[in-house]
Amino acid sequence: MSDPANLPDRDPASTQTPPPPPAGSTPGGAAAGNTPAQLAEASPQDPQASLMRRITTGNGLVSVLAIVLSLLVGAILIAATDERVTSAASYFFSRPTDMLSAIWASVSEAYGALFRSAFFNTQADGFANAIYPLTETLTVATPLILAGLGVALAFRVGLFNIGGQGQIILGAMLAGWVGFTLNLPAGLHLLLAVVAGIIGGAIWGGIAGVLKAKRGAHEVIVTIMLNYIAVYLLLYVLTTPGFQRPGSNNPISPEIHESAAYPLIFGSGFRLHLGFIVALLAVAFVWWLLNRSTTGFELRAVGANPQAARTAGINVSRAYITAMVIAGALAGLAGTAQISGTERSLSGDIAASFGFDAITVALLGRSNPIGTMFAGLLFGALRAGGVGMQSNTGIPIDIVLVVQSFIVLFIAAPPLVRSIFRIHTGQKKSRKSTARTAKAGGAA
Amino acid sequence: MKLELRGITKKFGTFTANDDITVVVESGQVHSLLGENGAGKSTLMNVLFGLYEATAGQVLIDDSPVQFHGPGDAMAAGIGMVHQHFMLVPVFTVAENVALGDEVTRAAGILDLEATRRKIREISDRFGFHVDPDALVEDLPVGVQQRVEIIKALVREAKVLILDEPTAVLTPQETDELLNIIRQLRDAGTSVVFISHKLREVKEISDVITVIRRGKVVGHAEPTASAAELASLMVGRSVSLSLEKEPATPGEETFSIQNLTVLADNGQVLLDDVSFGIHNGEILAVAGVQGNGQTELTEAIMGLLDHASGKVVLHGENLLGRSVKSIINSGVGFVPEDRSTDGLVGTFTVAENLVLNQYDRAPFARGMNMRGSVIAENAEQKIGEFDIRTQGPQADAGTLSGGNQQKVVMARELSRPLKLFIASQPTRGVDVGSIEFLHRRIIAERDGGTPVLIVSTELDEVVELADRIAVLYKGQLVGIVPGDTPRDTLGLMMAGASADEAGAIDIDPVPPTDTSTGTPVANPEEEHGNE
Repeated sequence: MSDPANLPDRDPASTQTPPPPPAGSTPGGAAAGNTPAQLAEASPQDPQASLMRRITTGNGLVSVLAIVLSLLVGAILIAATDERVTSAASYFFSRPTDMLSAIWASVSEAYGALFRSAFFNTQADGFANAIYPLTETLTVATPLILAGLGVALAFRVGLFNIGGQGQIILGAMLAGWVGFTLNLPAGLHLLLAVVAGIIGGAIWGGIAGVLKAKRGAHEVIVTIMLNYIAVYLLLYVLTTPGFQRPGSNNPISPEIHESAAYPLIFGSGFRLHLGFIVALLAVAFVWWLLNRSTTGFELRAVGANPQAARTAGINVSRAYITAMVIAGALAGLAGTAQISGTERSLSGDIAASFGFDAITVALLGRSNPIGTMFAGLLFGALRAGGVGMQSNTGIPIDIVLVVQSFIVLFIAAPPLVRSIFRIHTGQKKSRKSTARTAKAGGAA
Repeated sequence: MKLELRGITKKFGTFTANDDITVVVESGQVHSLLGENGAGKSTLMNVLFGLYEATAGQVLIDDSPVQFHGPGDAMAAGIGMVHQHFMLVPVFTVAENVALGDEVTRAAGILDLEATRRKIREISDRFGFHVDPDALVEDLPVGVQQRVEIIKALVREAKVLILDEPTAVLTPQETDELLNIIRQLRDAGTSVVFISHKLREVKEISDVITVIRRGKVVGHAEPTASAAELASLMVGRSVSLSLEKEPATPGEETFSIQNLTVLADNGQVLLDDVSFGIHNGEILAVAGVQGNGQTELTEAIMGLLDHASGKVVLHGENLLGRSVKSIINSGVGFVPEDRSTDGLVGTFTVAENLVLNQYDRAPFARGMNMRGSVIAENAEQKIGEFDIRTQGPQADAGTLSGGNQQKVVMARELSRPLKLFIASQPTRGVDVGSIEFLHRRIIAERDGGTPVLIVSTELDEVVELADRIAVLYKGQLVGIVPGDTPRDTLGLMMAGASADEAGAIDIDPVPPTDTSTGTPVANPEEEHGNE
């Protein structure tokens, strides 16, 4: 379980980022305009919620720029910790080009290795070996996309689903149990395992949804706690006879039967399994659900303005429950991809950190199913590529984590990205100040 | 102090919000800026305050050009502003709010609130504000909060006071008080810039009227000009201010509420045993100062409130206790009081908002699939029929002006066969031109035979639309009077006087023949009005 908030002690930001823009300090907020558009926007909605909305559903350009910036920060870290660069820096003023070329060499080697291990290995012999990295990327991306969709869907309904981790674990637990306990014909067994995974995740997500809808319990607190419960529940059941591998003292389950495993798409030489196709289908399903279905209309309305939704006769409580059940089900599918796809047996590490990375993926994908898919693919590539980068160049895979974390940071601070790239339109500026007018208006 | 805005032009991209506007405010004068929502009045004031940089033009004080870089500069130069949405910290006291940003300190930076308190009392006594410096702002009524804003400006020694739509949030009584205050300020030598689209007030208070339309000064008027002249100047075409409507031809009473009582979560009584009925083809308007139970009345009928008891009967069926959806689907159209929080989803498109409570019904949905083309066609048709000014059906509803947003809500609610139509504040924040249109639609619905319930804090509107007027005070029905009851009488009733005391005839809210809805209000001896 890795914690995205746990950044390394090094402080690359100080070398790079200018002071934050004076958002909130410009006097614009005091009396920003009253043009119709702005009046309309200055609705007395909870300013906190609207900030949240802007972060989770903001524009794609900021996402792309955040990636670029984060890779830049990564490059600085790589260069700063490279021995050749450090030694060239000692005589920088006599021969500056030495240092520059050392920087170039270290960064291009690292990112080159990252690319080769994530997409296409130009140095491999044979086409199959050359595309092996790409299949790895897709394999790693599978649970990321699925769990990311769960987080994204909840975002759209105004819920911050931190519980991906727990939902993945529950999904994997149930799917795993079906996989290694039951004996069923091939297709049916897999189907049952997948359904069990969906149910496990749906229950875990649904608990948070029900508590939110019926008792007003904040979903962030509830899902975090459910994560802990899931983690320790898993560790516990792995010591019970029903789950522990016979004859083993380690907390690990038996392997699932072959009949409950996702078929490998490219044969035994590659890890890529049918779960990836399931993930793509899930993307299509969520897209349809949000954009074309009546349920999605309800969910989006509740996410955008629960009060108006309620006045229009939409059952807000039910929308919260529905959203969390579906979000949990998607995370449960991610758990299935782990147990029936790559891992094949249940251990304490079955969910890795996918549940948390999913939050980043959903943020980067702007809570949009297609965006989430691409974000999942990118993170899959970073993860798969990071492994290759570490083994080829010795640069620790942690750099990848740093890059991922910076992406979140930049996305959470769109004004920062805008000021770095000087994207300033009058429109945006006035919009920002209107948000503050709304705040002041609400306070009055 | 003489304030002059000379040739101010402000462009946002290709959009010209202010086009060569010149306004001269003489000392000791009330100068009104009259214009519809979105005419550019507020942009102009933001330019004056240095919040926007003018594309062209100059601000002059006593004939010498000045340059403001923010509200601080403007205040230092003696210009104070009271915004439409107050800039007060609710949990601070009046004195703390007034001191905020301009704190008087003693040695070592210790706050000297006593000095501020003294100033507040001084100003409050001089103008009869009745403001206690130690009251918490959140406990004060809106009208008093506004006075706190005025005090804030006066403490900073403002010579020119700008009031941006100051009466939008006030009751008729509070409005009168505010106008008195403005007169006193003027007599004391302060210039006042009064920004409004309300003709009655502008006529009453102004020395000079400048009319702005689409970012341009289209003319000046004397306060003696007739309301119709001002309106047509403001809108750019002739507007009929008084609605010609046929007398109602009430039919059967199909809607009634019986002993409706609504409690707040803390048990406080918000609506106390209210009963009345509405006939088909009749408009009943509920008058009252804001916060006397009107909001609760409409929300209880719509099933939006938890602690409601009594009966809400439509065509013999009790609606109370049913879900909002089933109430909507039984043919109740509802225009909520606050369109931006309750009526619309700002980030949804106009087309989506036009089906916000119909999205899952035919023809807009087939099974779970929404039919985008049908929804788009519906939007095109409604945009045309209701003259909704938008960039198109796919524009976000939040980008529309207030009047057009209201048209979206009205279009949605009036576009299906209704058994009851409820509109709360149907024209709040809507410009004159749109008001006329919206009122016509409401009357058309009445003439189609629907019982209509209107709730409005604008007496003008109540008087204009109502066939009968019900007055609410502190959650109780003070009485039901004929639609042509004089405004003064209504004003008294809104302050709690019974119809008798106010000199009006309390007409039986329910015809005597109808035994199903006997109500205590019909009885002149009832105790409700005496609270």
